[in-house]
Amino acid sequence: MTQAPPTEPVVRLANVGKTFSRGDQVVTTALEAIDLDIARGEFISLIGPSGCGKSTLLRIVGDLIEPSSGDVTVNGKPARRARMDRDYGMVFQAPVLFDWRTVEDNVKLPLEILGKDAATRDRRAKEMLELVELGDFLKHHPYQLSGGMQQRVAIARALAFEPSILLMDEPFGALDEMTRERMNGEVLRIWEQTGTTILFVTHSIPEAVFLSSRVVVMSARPGRITKVVDVDLPRPRNEDTRESRRYFELVTEVREALRRGGGLDDAAELEAAASEERTIAEGAVG
Amino acid sequence: MATAAGVADPGAVPSVRAEPRPASRGRRALRWVLVLAAIVVIWEGLKFLGGTPWRAPLAVAGSGSPVLWNPPFRWPFVNDLNLPHVWNILLTFGQPFQRGADQTVGQYLLGAALYTWREAVLGFILGSVIGLVLATIFVHARILERALVPYVVASQTIPIIALAPMITYAFGGNIASVVVIATYLTFFPVTIAMIRGLRSLDPRALELTRSYAASRWQVYRKLRLPASLPYLFTALKIAATASIVGAIVGESPGGIAEGLGRVILTFNQYYITGPEKLWAAIIASGLLGVAFYLIVRGIEVAVLRGRPGAADG
Amino acid sequence: MSAGAGSLATSRPLRPGGTGRARAVRRSAGDYLPPIAVFVLAVVVFEYVLGALGIRSFLIPKPSQIIGALQDNWSSGRFSLFPAAIATLQEALLGLLIGTAAGVLVAFATARWASARSFLLPVAVAANAVPIIAFAPLLNNWFGLLNPVSKALMAAVLVFFPVMANVTRGLVQVEPAALELMRSYAASEWTIVRKVRVPNALPYFFTALKVVTTFSLIGAIVAEYFGGSNTSLGRRIVESASAFKYEITWGAIALAAVTGIVFYLVVVAIERLVIPWAAALRGDS
Repeated sequence: MTQAPPTEPVVRLANVGKTFSRGDQVVTTALEAIDLDIARGEFISLIGPSGCGKSTLLRIVGDLIEPSSGDVTVNGKPARRARMDRDYGMVFQAPVLFDWRTVEDNVKLPLEILGKDAATRDRRAKEMLELVELGDFLKHHPYQLSGGMQQRVAIARALAFEPSILLMDEPFGALDEMTRERMNGEVLRIWEQTGTTILFVTHSIPEAVFLSSRVVVMSARPGRITKVVDVDLPRPRNEDTRESRRYFELVTEVREALRRGGGLDDAAELEAAASEERTIAEGAVG
Repeated sequence: MATAAGVADPGAVPSVRAEPRPASRGRRALRWVLVLAAIVVIWEGLKFLGGTPWRAPLAVAGSGSPVLWNPPFRWPFVNDLNLPHVWNILLTFGQPFQRGADQTVGQYLLGAALYTWREAVLGFILGSVIGLVLATIFVHARILERALVPYVVASQTIPIIALAPMITYAFGGNIASVVVIATYLTFFPVTIAMIRGLRSLDPRALELTRSYAASRWQVYRKLRLPASLPYLFTALKIAATASIVGAIVGESPGGIAEGLGRVILTFNQYYITGPEKLWAAIIASGLLGVAFYLIVRGIEVAVLRGRPGAADG
Repeated sequence: MSAGAGSLATSRPLRPGGTGRARAVRRSAGDYLPPIAVFVLAVVVFEYVLGALGIRSFLIPKPSQIIGALQDNWSSGRFSLFPAAIATLQEALLGLLIGTAAGVLVAFATARWASARSFLLPVAVAANAVPIIAFAPLLNNWFGLLNPVSKALMAAVLVFFPVMANVTRGLVQVEPAALELMRSYAASEWTIVRKVRVPNALPYFFTALKVVTTFSLIGAIVAEYFGGSNTSLGRRIVESASAFKYEITWGAIALAAVTGIVFYLVVVAIERLVIPWAAALRGDS
């Protein structure tokens, strides 16, 4: 797992665009002219209306979808190389755990694929599960756990092989508000302990502001970066942060940027939601 | 993930099957043609390489007709008795089914197939009605369900069709016996499928109707029945084939002279002199099964127009 | 928030003793009582009530008569049942083995090559609609009337299609998110098969297996109807029925039924051993 020299951004997106076409005809322009630099150890949130392409952008960074234009550089390498070198871990909205494996074995999965020896696998799995505070549930099966706990296992698994970057696609979208706030605290704790760079997709404004160093606000389709909001809240952040005045100011700033990026009517919203599904599907299959 | 009532779960990750989109009607027909063509090519290919010498179509063995092709190898299994030429089989449809008869094999088989089909359809309809009634009772009376469903299920592990000869002999080998067999084979899948189908309602949809103080009968008619239709049709397609199989098997031991079961046995007796006829009978049975299946499928498409149907089993 | 066709974990609150579905697996006595009551009732009715009411049921002899016939004809006599059952069971087992092995192999090929899939799928669908049993006389002619292989092959054909269809589905219908995950690990196609597709397919395999054990037995018995060795359950059924000795016929059928049930239960037991997690998840009987 190679590291780029400290002054270089960990992720550099230069004029990245993504269009979906059938034959010669361009059907959808999902992303347009995305320029973004992410420094090492940053926590970046991507936020935008449904269908704005944020999940697509995340997958482009992770080399699960190919960009139609522009360059993606991760750790000084092209995205494909970074994926082959296993530079990043991914957490999806659904935990995507395997029922036939215990919690411990689920976390060991990437380590098996990487060919690590049994002792290393054991050690890393236990470490990671301790990190997410599920050390007592090693031998359980995923279906015996709650949704929040399953997501924590998914995070432990994503961190198992110490990636330099963590990609998270609305990981707490399926959880209720209180669990979600608790998980936010968990993610920050893990982030501070491991120093991983995190790219976090969400459509919750409070979540984005609470977690991030910077919030990248995207417009409605075709997705462009409307604004990058610097979140200068002090760390470590906690429940008090959520009640501070600066927090509300930043939330308002993000909200206004979102509104500027494009109000949606019903028809557009339907179309956008449908195309986001198609995007992910085609990206997953192709 | 969509529930059976068709209400999408808003929290779900969009579930997309990594399967190619279903082919159009034309492409599917083409696929069938290709499959059949491949079978014929392999069949005749084997005979080309290792069969008995090729003669003119429908030439009687030993009649001295000229040899058209002598295969390089001789594989005993690939002889004309086991694997008659495809064209001979097809031409047999036009031959008289018995020496001196005025009906061709094709006409004879068609009559037999229709006869078998009528028996099967009667049993099919009867079995479906019984299955529907039973399922309705079971869904509304749990204690009956717990008492009787294990037997309904256990009957699946019993070789039902083993009863066929006995029933035929007992009923004196008339059409009633075959209808009984077909009914028996139909009611089981229909009962089980309808129980699942009538119960398949999203509990939230049920709660909604209770808030309207709808009666049980209304719930049944307006919600459960429509929700159960996809399941019903899956079962009906299985039952269609099962009733045909039951009819054929039921006919064979007994005295029913006009059905396909009897014809298969007869042509089997004369196999040595003309294996093509047995093959013709088998093809006729296959076509009958497929035709019935397609009819049920057609009704399904018409009834379930626009709805996501149950997956093709 | 439900999972897809495969077995990916769903979000469910933690409850003591597992999920609600797991609870259903541990059945209470109250669940067993009604069916047992019905069985006892049926035996009593047939044994005593019908006789007492003077109804002579020609078709369905009294249970005691059936048991008597089983005892009398167990290993001796013109309709000896036990050797016949063994012979038929052997045919069914052979057919099960051949059909399952072929089904799994073809399923792997179909899952791997989409072209094979589009070729074989219409055949599999048609096989559902065609009365395959019509091939029985042909198999007798090919392999010999008295040869058990001809019956075993009939069973094998009936077993092959459900196994192939189900295993293919299990190998192919993996949640796209799981495939994305594996791609993010840059896992090879073979690794994905080993670590994801095969475990995903196991429940489908056992679902098919539970169904085809019956098919193999039925296939063997019905193939025997069209001709075969006298020492087979199928021939015993046909011959005792044509001789109007219905107690023996029912005895043979009961024997076949018990064999089928035992067969099925063995598969269920194996399933519990191999994939304990699937039973807990489904909570089926």
